[in-house]
Amino acid sequence: MDSIIAGASVIGAGLSVGLAAIGPGIGQGTAAGQAVEGIARQPEVENQIRGTLLLSLAFMEALTIYGLVVSLALLFANPFAS
Amino acid sequence: MFPLDFSNNSILISGVEIGTHFYWEIGDISLHGQVFIVSWFVITLLVIFSFLGTQNSERIPDSWQNFMESVIEFTQDIAKNQLGESFYRPWIPFISTLFLFIFGCNWSGALIPWKLIILPEGELAAPTNDINTTVSLALLTSLAYFYAGFSKKGIGYFKRYIQPTPILLPINILEDFTKPLSLSFRLFGNVLADELTISVLVLLVPLIVPLPIMGLGIFAGSVQALIFSTLAAAYIAEALE
Repeated sequence: MDSIIAGASVIGAGLSVGLAAIGPGIGQGTAAGQAVEGIARQPEVENQIRGTLLLSLAFMEALTIYGLVVSLALLFANPFAS
Repeated sequence: MFPLDFSNNSILISGVEIGTHFYWEIGDISLHGQVFIVSWFVITLLVIFSFLGTQNSERIPDSWQNFMESVIEFTQDIAKNQLGESFYRPWIPFISTLFLFIFGCNWSGALIPWKLIILPEGELAAPTNDINTTVSLALLTSLAYFYAGFSKKGIGYFKRYIQPTPILLPINILEDFTKPLSLSFRLFGNVLADELTISVLVLLVPLIVPLPIMGLGIFAGSVQALIFSTLAAAYIAEALE
């Protein structure tokens, strides 16, 4: 593998997962905070809130996972390598 | 579409094998053998479980039948919550199969020590960490919701593409492609990320420290199965409404 391509791929891989983590991090924090607020206000619906929260957290996590897929493709299956 | 197929470019970092597969050559086609072995294992397991559950079924269910009935009630609830009381019955088998297969794949990859079985190339792991498995499941979901829409509305199904205004036509068409794409990448990325994290951690600290991450992996595996089947049901419900 050409060293410039290798270096650029490694930097790109790090950036893609790092940048993809920012937005979902903020979103998950907001969602979890609101859920805690909801549970504190109405402790009797805790189970329902937890279920919805987990489902929506998994959706937000998917966005970071897309970044991770891109970085894995850059590292392990680089289309520009050959 | 299949970025991890470049087997000759694969880099082996820290004993983690990505991009190496146990190939089976059938004619001109090369298959990823390790995926087939583990998915056949999961399928056998599910068939045995359901066979045990339905053999000598009684009016008052005892141990094993009771367990399987509660599992089916759970998957039935997924379909019922999304599709509504009047449409959910014909879709129970599809949604339940998706849930149970993905759940079985994720948990068999996480719980069974496949590393003890050494293959000439590649390694046995959860079948869902291969993009081909998840893409085929996602395309099946696409077929299912097209079938649902056509069988309910006939050719009038296409009216959906110009609602609410015809300006949104390109976006509505694009949606049909992004749905399977996001479904497959979500499942694939989550399962692969779990296994990668665990193997890197095991390499750094072999004892105790990886345990919480393994627990998280098991939890994430069940949540991903739930999400995949919920979303499949939601897409079918969207085509039916």
